[in-house]
Amino acid sequence: MVDAHRSTRRLLGGALLFLVAMSRAGAQDGPLRVPFVMDTLPNGLRVIVHEDHSVPTVVTNVWYHVGSGDEQPGRTGFAHLFEHLMFMGSANAVYPAFDRLLEAAGANNNGSTTEDRTNYYEEGPATALPLMLWLEADRMGWMLPTMDGPKVDLQRDVVKNERRQSYENRPYGLAWETMTHMMYPAGHPYSWPVIGSMADLSAATLEDTRAFFRRYYAPNNAVLAIAGDVDPEQVFAEVRKYFADIPRGPAINRPNTPVFHLPRDTASVLEDRVQLPRLYYQWHTVKGNADGDAALDLAAYVLAGAKNSRLTQRLVYDLQLATNVIAFQDGKRLDGDFTVYTTARPGKSLPELQSVLDAEIRHLAEEGPTEHELEQAKNAFESGFLNGLERIGRKADLLNSYYYRTGNPDGFQSDLDRYRAVTPADLQRAVRAWLLAPKVMLSIVPQGKTDLAASPMRVIP
Amino acid sequence: MTAPRAFHTSLMLILLPAVAMAQGLDRSTPPTLASPPSLALPTIHSATLANGLEIRLVEMHEVPLVQFQLLITGGSREDGTSPGLASFTAGMLDEGAGGRDALMIAAEAEFLGASLSTTANWDFSTVTLRVPKRQMGRGLDLMADVVLRPTFATTEVSRQRDLRLAGLLQQRDQPNAVAGLIFNRELFPEGHPYHRSPGGDSISTAALDSATVRRFYVESMVPNRTTLVITGDITLDEAQREIETRFGGWARGAPAHRQATVPDPVDRATTIFLADKPGAAQSVVLLGHRGLDLSDPDYHAVQVMNTILGGSFSSRLMTNLRETKGYTYGAGSRFQYRPIPGAFLGSSQVRTDVTDSSLVEFMKELNAIRSEPVDPKELDRAKAYLALGLLGDFETTSQMGGQLAQLLTFHQEPDFFETFVQRVMAVTVDDVQRVAQAHLRPDRLTVVVVGDVASIRPGIENLDWGPVQLTEP
Repeated sequence: MVDAHRSTRRLLGGALLFLVAMSRAGAQDGPLRVPFVMDTLPNGLRVIVHEDHSVPTVVTNVWYHVGSGDEQPGRTGFAHLFEHLMFMGSANAVYPAFDRLLEAAGANNNGSTTEDRTNYYEEGPATALPLMLWLEADRMGWMLPTMDGPKVDLQRDVVKNERRQSYENRPYGLAWETMTHMMYPAGHPYSWPVIGSMADLSAATLEDTRAFFRRYYAPNNAVLAIAGDVDPEQVFAEVRKYFADIPRGPAINRPNTPVFHLPRDTASVLEDRVQLPRLYYQWHTVKGNADGDAALDLAAYVLAGAKNSRLTQRLVYDLQLATNVIAFQDGKRLDGDFTVYTTARPGKSLPELQSVLDAEIRHLAEEGPTEHELEQAKNAFESGFLNGLERIGRKADLLNSYYYRTGNPDGFQSDLDRYRAVTPADLQRAVRAWLLAPKVMLSIVPQGKTDLAASPMRVIP
Repeated sequence: MTAPRAFHTSLMLILLPAVAMAQGLDRSTPPTLASPPSLALPTIHSATLANGLEIRLVEMHEVPLVQFQLLITGGSREDGTSPGLASFTAGMLDEGAGGRDALMIAAEAEFLGASLSTTANWDFSTVTLRVPKRQMGRGLDLMADVVLRPTFATTEVSRQRDLRLAGLLQQRDQPNAVAGLIFNRELFPEGHPYHRSPGGDSISTAALDSATVRRFYVESMVPNRTTLVITGDITLDEAQREIETRFGGWARGAPAHRQATVPDPVDRATTIFLADKPGAAQSVVLLGHRGLDLSDPDYHAVQVMNTILGGSFSSRLMTNLRETKGYTYGAGSRFQYRPIPGAFLGSSQVRTDVTDSSLVEFMKELNAIRSEPVDPKELDRAKAYLALGLLGDFETTSQMGGQLAQLLTFHQEPDFFETFVQRVMAVTVDDVQRVAQAHLRPDRLTVVVVGDVASIRPGIENLDWGPVQLTEP
């Protein structure tokens, strides 16, 4: 999965992955704007400020442009482990000051790590902003002086517990790791899961922590977005005060990663402590924001976004073979993937579901969606998108996300536009180009029930 | 070899803050903050239709969205002899209504960019519509169909019944869900509204039919048991017109018939229930006992006490089990507030080989907060976290709707939130210890552990806390 989080308090959830459902029906008159002011400090820190006075709160949201894709073989999971270590104190905010000071100011905080980036955020009363900035600056500049082996050991244990809770002890929880290994060749930055392997987590050292900090945790590799009940001029003054003298870090050069295509279908079966078998398909598709990304997002909806979507209607409603169907496009920096999974009803086997999956995907590729079907998908998508904008926390994270992807923080309208522009022919073309290509197929079955697995022979088109 | 290198590195790094200070900024102490903003709550507008339907409305005009949430008194507490009936009936509302079948209802809602959901918990059935302002009329037409004209077709009932049976089967895969079912069953006795899950069980579900569902609907879903909570881009005048047109003809029914007497939660010496999940990497731990009512005079002090014990990231349980011992990814505690007292519960998922040690740490913390006064700084932090945390709880239309629903659920006055802040800030060190002694009872725990019984049982038995029973969900 994409996110690995520091704590259980405020999980963003995989919801970001599942087609954030979005609507022309709910469209505003005139372009959607999230006004912002952006500035860059001499040390390279970019700062984005958005005013929203509807509630007397503020959110700070820092993106460091580093994720699990930057890890070295033998140290998988390190970017996320490092995220945990960022809460273990800094030169002036010695552990456990970080959480305690924020709570005493009525604020919450958390962080998350993906393949491409790591974010940290604080949210609370608008008057707590100087504290948030002081804390973020202290760990951006001076995280290492109080870092030591026991702190690394402790968070290593916590992260291993996170891995047990979110993957090993969760039904179907090992699906994502298994598919990651099947999807990418060894050494590809996306060929291991964000959470990492137990062995690599065990191998991480204090020296790794120091090297990682020096390489990636510098103002010129970070963007700070601040949204809420604030005055931008005052915010910039405070930001300069706390961040200006943090030294710039080295420039980061990333090797080129060639696009990888699966040469043929790959099938695998995993036994798990589950009652019902589940079938997963995964394809390589396109990067986030690339041509086809929005069309595939909408294709995911047309297939499984609503009760009357094609796969859901056929598998769950009409034929009653499945309990659920989920589909989503996940466009990342270096590649994208498209996932469909469906769980069998009691007494049903995966080959029965498989033939419906294959037929419906082929049908969509051959005929395309109807105008009305696509319109529903766009409306649902746009509505979900607008719902998210009720929260300053979501807006701050999107400002950062758009900046990361396009260089323009206010990418809200253009993001909507790329969905609105998708035609039935575009969607059909995307499905034909990407979802008829070779894929990864994973069957997760109850222990001892490998006979319920999907048949690899059937998959070859 | 490694020691000097480590020494060098840290010496060098320790100089860095001094450099920063040389440039004029003293980073050594956190900034002093201005007084926090006070909570300014919006006006709650009210109206009542002739048929008894109550309306509560808060205007929020930042985003062109409106949320309508119908709260119908009478959830699974009124299931009677058919466990799961209320939630099943609620779930059936949008599976065919007013001449539209299930697929057409979904298609219409989605096309409007709306979301329509129907559900029930122990105490309420709810129907929620979130709709872009410009599609509000069509959205409300759909909502009115679903609430007033559900079909309950036999084919749809059997379709949803089978789906629910599969869901109940899958619940066994989820150790958290299993632990919760066992906890409620063991703490709340037979005949108590919270004894069973609102989702019912496989036997009761298999017996559901269209006639049973319709009977429950006709008896319980009536306007004089219902409040409509509206939040978003709308005024009371406009809302009244829209609602009167569509819900004015909803016929009154019998008022809610609450059970006259509810049996007390089980009060017994600590007892441990184990459910087996062979090979599990972690054990789910749930422990607790009866809680209290929101109207209890100790409510505010209990909330402060629990924030210190297990209700925040820097709470004692989180600090101990996660940040000191490394036993877990998270540990916490809470008091459930419901129309009648729910439970106090502590919970965590812990590594299998430290299951017994984790229970020991839970017990240490329950005892410590009863036997020793809390640190005044710890108290101040918890109070600020609770009181100021409210500021962010009214940001969205759904949060605002949720807060309003809470007032209604507990029959609280609109000044509940203002007085919440004042009363929380008034809690003292002595109050915390007093309510810990009154409301935490480490000798009366119902403990549920779901994990690999073969490896965890001996250690748990050695704790000598009380009887250890093997059970199943």
